[in-house]
Amino acid sequence: MSRGRNENREPLIHLTKRDDITPVKAWGIRLAAILLGMLFCGLVAFLLIEKLQKNPARIGEFYGDFMKGAFGSERKVWRYLKDVAILLCIALALTPAFRMRFWNIGGEGQTLVGVLGCIGVSFYLGDKVPEWLLLILMLLAALACGALWGLLPAVCKAKWGTNETLFTLMMNYIATYLVAFFLEIWVTNGSGALPQMKHGKLPTVGNEYLLVILIVLALTIGLYIYLNYTKHGYEISVVGESIRTARYIGIDEKRVFLRTMILSGALCGLAGYLIGAGFDLSITTESVGGQGFTAIMVSWLAKFNPIGMILSAGLIQMLNKGAGQITKDFDVPGQLPSVIIGIILFFIIGCEFFINYKIHFRGHSGSKAGKGVTK
Amino acid sequence: MDKQPALQLRGITKQFGKKVLANDDVDLDVYQGEILAILGENGSGKTTLMNMVAGIYFPDKGKIFVDGKETVIRSPKDAFDHRIGMIHQHFKLVDLFSAADNIVLGIKEEKRYNPKETAEKVRQIADRYGFRIDPNKKVYDMSVSEKQTAEIIKVLYRGADILILDEPTAVLTPQEITHLFDVIRRMKEDGKSVIIITHKLNEVMEVSDRVAILRKGRHIATVNTAETTEAELTEMMVGKKINLNINRSDPVNVTPRLEVSGLNLYNKDGIHVLKDISFTANSGEILGIAGIAGSGQRELLESIAGLLPAESGTIFYTGEERVDLRNKNPQEIRQMGVLMSFVPEDRLGMGLVGNMNITDNMMLRTYRKGHFGFLDRKEPRGQATKIVRELEVVTPSLATPVRRLSGGNVQKVLVGREIANNPSVLMTAYPVRGLDINSSYTIYNLMNREKQNGVAVIFVGEDLDVLLALCDRIMVINSGTVTGIVDARMATKEEVGLLMTKSTAREGKEETA
Repeated sequence: MSRGRNENREPLIHLTKRDDITPVKAWGIRLAAILLGMLFCGLVAFLLIEKLQKNPARIGEFYGDFMKGAFGSERKVWRYLKDVAILLCIALALTPAFRMRFWNIGGEGQTLVGVLGCIGVSFYLGDKVPEWLLLILMLLAALACGALWGLLPAVCKAKWGTNETLFTLMMNYIATYLVAFFLEIWVTNGSGALPQMKHGKLPTVGNEYLLVILIVLALTIGLYIYLNYTKHGYEISVVGESIRTARYIGIDEKRVFLRTMILSGALCGLAGYLIGAGFDLSITTESVGGQGFTAIMVSWLAKFNPIGMILSAGLIQMLNKGAGQITKDFDVPGQLPSVIIGIILFFIIGCEFFINYKIHFRGHSGSKAGKGVTK
Repeated sequence: MDKQPALQLRGITKQFGKKVLANDDVDLDVYQGEILAILGENGSGKTTLMNMVAGIYFPDKGKIFVDGKETVIRSPKDAFDHRIGMIHQHFKLVDLFSAADNIVLGIKEEKRYNPKETAEKVRQIADRYGFRIDPNKKVYDMSVSEKQTAEIIKVLYRGADILILDEPTAVLTPQEITHLFDVIRRMKEDGKSVIIITHKLNEVMEVSDRVAILRKGRHIATVNTAETTEAELTEMMVGKKINLNINRSDPVNVTPRLEVSGLNLYNKDGIHVLKDISFTANSGEILGIAGIAGSGQRELLESIAGLLPAESGTIFYTGEERVDLRNKNPQEIRQMGVLMSFVPEDRLGMGLVGNMNITDNMMLRTYRKGHFGFLDRKEPRGQATKIVRELEVVTPSLATPVRRLSGGNVQKVLVGREIANNPSVLMTAYPVRGLDINSSYTIYNLMNREKQNGVAVIFVGEDLDVLLALCDRIMVINSGTVTGIVDARMATKEEVGLLMTKSTAREGKEETA
């Protein structure tokens, strides 16, 4: 029947893998994906935002908000850079683990216990030790707490082969409830909110954001060197690519697991310190606010390259800020920004498919660029 | 010729990516009741071509005719509908199912599945062609040869008239090969067309009626087997004349270098993989290790290299002093001053890191030398440049990930690195598997050169002709037991083949995954 009719026709589409795409073309596809995503966002926004339907001319303002959110004023630019820095810091922290194919999705918890450690030190020792010593103790506490949170899953994986993804995920919840527990102890006035600490604020350099931004920038370069030019970084890559190769040349993969997760956790702790001592001087269960998860995407999008993460973190925070601005300007419910960010990220991640594969249509055996056939 | 063409290919072209032209305008005829060998080196496009006939790939260009009618084959199911069946190199069987269950798996029948009836039908097919199979045996209990039999019957059960066998002899012993060829001849008498993909000349000469030679994706010629010679086939396959003799020099300065005695090893699953293995590898000679795949060769080398802990026994190494290497890890072995090089069977999964470039792969052995915590890439880069030049590694650049290189070039990088460390023991596991003739001879020559330098070379091989031509002594193991150590200059292929299967009652067959 229908089989018989189709007997002599080649399949409608078939895919072939391509290994040899030029960087220019690959970036072209990515750019096209972002633009398409934006376009699609516009459509969705038109369907959902009443004010836009009444006055379609405001669509320009809609797109303008993506820029305005991040770059609208000098203060906005600084705030944007600071948010990029914090997100980048957590992404950097996760990267050594990811390079080792150790799927640490516990950045949220590791960062949160970092905040907890540093605020805890400030809470108990705030007026007892000199400010400079307090800042150092807070830092050490944050690093130690983060490292411990990273180390636990690694120990269990090395010893009993537990699944690190589940383990690190669960540790997030423990961190959240640990914070809730300490808030119960620390907050006695019944308000549930911990007032700002009076001691342990990072000094101001230039303005209140610059120091943190510089620290993260230095960390980015440091981590890039660590991963690519040191023996440790090399061992991480070998273990990540093939544990059997690592054993073959005598690398003790368990030691690398432990060492790298201490580093990964400690760097998350550092991010927690920057949040706690740099800005918040207080803690809630939402101090990290999901950035520990967003950071996973930042790291992946940059293919675990620290320098590339500046771009991916920058992009994601720009979308965040833009979406926030849209909420304000168009007076829309709070979920819409998530929808918009989701759509654009979907396009960005989806376009990798067209970078890795080529699509052939029936009757066109010639080459066809991936971007021509997106979605 | 009164025979009918069962299968005709016209202008078949298949391209992977931009650079790899796997098949270029291939024409091919297969007649009813004949055995056609498709001969070519690795990477010449034999398997790709047949995968298009079997519905795994779809050709970019070209036409396929079955029984004279143009046909489009989009899936393995389409292939079966046209009575074409392929037995792949890597078997596709469900381990926990019996032979009969595997054979009927995926067939849509009106009736309910009746195990007894199926077993009966399987038995009929087996009897008709002389297969030996127990339809109720579970796959995990089967030897490689039995699995292959199940695969062939699976295809016959579906009524295939055109059978494609991809490198069917790679995993078999000489005796099993003889039996397989008998079966194939019976299928031919029954009017079936049998296509054998191979790169082994002696098998082509032995079993086929005609030979189609592929080189770099192109069809070079199809000749009648009776009218050609091995030398002529090689020339067509490689594109130039090749000397197929391996030089074997006399052993030099022979002293015991590695003495293994009473080595016992259990694998993860608690199976006794090495049983009381004892042998000596001497400096300045090549010791071959022969055996059916999975007889414990891999475990033996890995336990010597410090990758698998052994239960009991000793592995004495004699260098400046005599030390026991058993249950030392690779790092400890190196710290003891033992220069041991190991070319493992799994090149990209163990010997190299596929995603790293040649320089970084060179560094695997020496990266600890760098100053402070930092890596020193200068020396490895020099080494990489040298190996690329001396072993004629074909690569776009030193920065290319090694997984992008062809099998032969990957192996040159690995062997080159292992030799560059001036070993005193060189262990190689199937070092020429998947390599073209030229690369194979490069590897043989390197092993010979190391032997002349006084290195104790251990060579695990699968091609008995090569083992007999290259080695000084051959140790044969079967199911983890040494069944004999013979002088390679005196021994015959049959002798070694018998030792490979001579088991003391085949107790607890070792089938290591």
